[in-house]
Amino acid sequence: MLALDRVSKTYPNGVQALARFSAEIRQGEIIAIIGGSGCGKSTLLRAIAGLDRASSGTVTLDSEAIASPHAKIGIIFQEPRLLPWLSVADNIGFGLADLPATERREKVTRALARVGLADKAQAWPRELSGGQAQRVAIARALVPQPEVLLLDEPFSALDAFTRRDLQDHLLDLWADTRPTLILVTHDVDEAVVLSDRVLVMRPRPGRLFDQIEINLGRPRDRNSPLFENFKRSVLTSLDRSLDRNVPDRDATQGPGQAMWW
Amino acid sequence: MPSRLSRYARPMLGLLLPVALAVGWELVVWFGWSNGRLVPPPSRVFATITELARSGELVRHIAATLWRVGLGFAFGVVAGTLLGAISGYWSLARRLFDPTVQALRAIPSLAWVPLFILWLGIFETSKIALIAVGVFFPVYLGVMGAILSVDRKIVEVGRTFRLSGFAMIRRILLPAVLPAYVVSLRVGLGLGWMFVVAAELIGASEGLGYLLLDGQQLGKPAQILAAIVIFAILGKLTDWLIEVAAAPFLRWQDAFARPKGA
Repeated sequence: MLALDRVSKTYPNGVQALARFSAEIRQGEIIAIIGGSGCGKSTLLRAIAGLDRASSGTVTLDSEAIASPHAKIGIIFQEPRLLPWLSVADNIGFGLADLPATERREKVTRALARVGLADKAQAWPRELSGGQAQRVAIARALVPQPEVLLLDEPFSALDAFTRRDLQDHLLDLWADTRPTLILVTHDVDEAVVLSDRVLVMRPRPGRLFDQIEINLGRPRDRNSPLFENFKRSVLTSLDRSLDRNVPDRDATQGPGQAMWW
Repeated sequence: MPSRLSRYARPMLGLLLPVALAVGWELVVWFGWSNGRLVPPPSRVFATITELARSGELVRHIAATLWRVGLGFAFGVVAGTLLGAISGYWSLARRLFDPTVQALRAIPSLAWVPLFILWLGIFETSKIALIAVGVFFPVYLGVMGAILSVDRKIVEVGRTFRLSGFAMIRRILLPAVLPAYVVSLRVGLGLGWMFVVAAELIGASEGLGYLLLDGQQLGKPAQILAAIVIFAILGKLTDWLIEVAAAPFLRWQDAFARPKGA
C-alpha cells in the first residue's frame, strides 16, 4: 500500500504548491488525479517518485519511507524522454543494467513484442512517431516490474486516436502484473476510462478536494450512459473545486482546514 | 537516379571554383600575360612540392610540424577536458576557476610568446606550450558549456533509475555531451594549426612554418604557396580524421545536416 500522509511542498520562492495531502492507495489500484492548473498534481507525483522531497509529511510504500527514487516506483513523463543515443531496445533495457545480458535481452524482447514494436528494436528514437515513442517509454518503465507506476499526463501530447489506443494499451499492460497506477491528467474522459478512483484537487495551495469512486467494470464502454454519468460527476466536482465560494469539504484533510473560513 | 548523381556531383561542385581559378591562372601565365613571379602558377607550386619531397626535406618539415601540433593538441585537449568537465559538473569549481580562465582567455594567445620563450626556451617546449594554450580554451569552453546544457529532463530519467555519480556520468552525461565535444575538438584542432604557424614563424629550423619564413626571406613565393597548400591538406585531413572517428558514436543524432556515414 502507498500511503501519503499530510504531504506538503513549499518551493524556495515561497509558493505553497501542496498542502497536507493525504491519501491511501491500495496495491493494484488505478488512481487518476485531476484538477485545475497549479493544483500541485505534478508536484505530488514528483514527491511520490522521490524526485523532489516534500517539505513536510511522508510518502510510504509498504511501510518504507520514500525520499529518493526507488526501485519499486517507476514514472512516465509527459514527453517520452527516450535517450536519443540508445536504440529502442537499449532504451527499454536501460533500467535493467544489473541483470545478466541474456536475461536482459529476453525481457526487452518480450516487452518490445508486448507494446507491438518488435520490428523497431534497432531503430533510433528519432525514427519513432510520438505514439510509438511513448509506448517505448511505457515499456521502459514497466520492464523492471515496479509496484507503483506514476504517469504525469502521459498522453496529453498525442492526438485523440493515438491517445485512446494507448489508454487501452496501458490497461492491457497493467493487467499483466497489476502495479498501482497513479495517473495525473486533465482529461476527464481519460480519468473515467482508466481509474478505479478519481482524486480531484483544488489549487492555491494544491490540496485534495474530492474523491469519486468509478464503479464500472472493465472494459469500459465510453458511450454508455453510466460512463457519461461518472464523467458528469467528475466534471461537476472539478467545477466546484475551482469555485472559490465552495468550501473544502473533505474532512479527512485534518481539523481546522475544512473550517478555514 | 538523383541520389547517384548527387553522390558524385556534389563534391565536384565544391571543386569547381578552385580548379577553375587554378586552371585560369595557369593559362594566364602560359600565355605570358603575367610572368607569375610573385604569384606562381599551380604547376610551379606543384614542382616545388615534388622537389622538396624528392630531397626528403618535405617529410622532415611535415613530421616536425605534425609532432608539434599533435603534442600541443594532446596537452590542450587533456587539460581542457579535465578542467571543463570539473567546472561544468561542480558549480563550486566553476565559481572558483571559471572567472580566472575567462580572464586568461581574453589575453591574445600570441602575447604569451615572449614569456614562454623566457620561461621555456626557444626550442620545442615553448612551441608546444603555445599550441596547447590555443587548443585549451575552445575545448574547455566546449566541454563546460555542453555539460551545463545537458537536458535536465534526461538527467531526471537517470535519477528515476537511481543512477548517481560515475554511472550518471557514463550513461547520461558523457553521451549527451559527445556531439558538442567533437565540435570543440575540431575547433581546438583548427586553433592548434593556427598556433603552430605562429610558433614556427618565431624561430624554428624545420617545420612548415619555417618553410614559409624561408620562402619569404629568400624570395621564393612558390615555396610559400607550397607550404600553404600542405597546411590546407593536413588541416583538412586531421579534421576529417576526428569527424570519421566520431561518426560511429553520433549516428543517433537527429540533426538538420547529419554527419557523413549516417
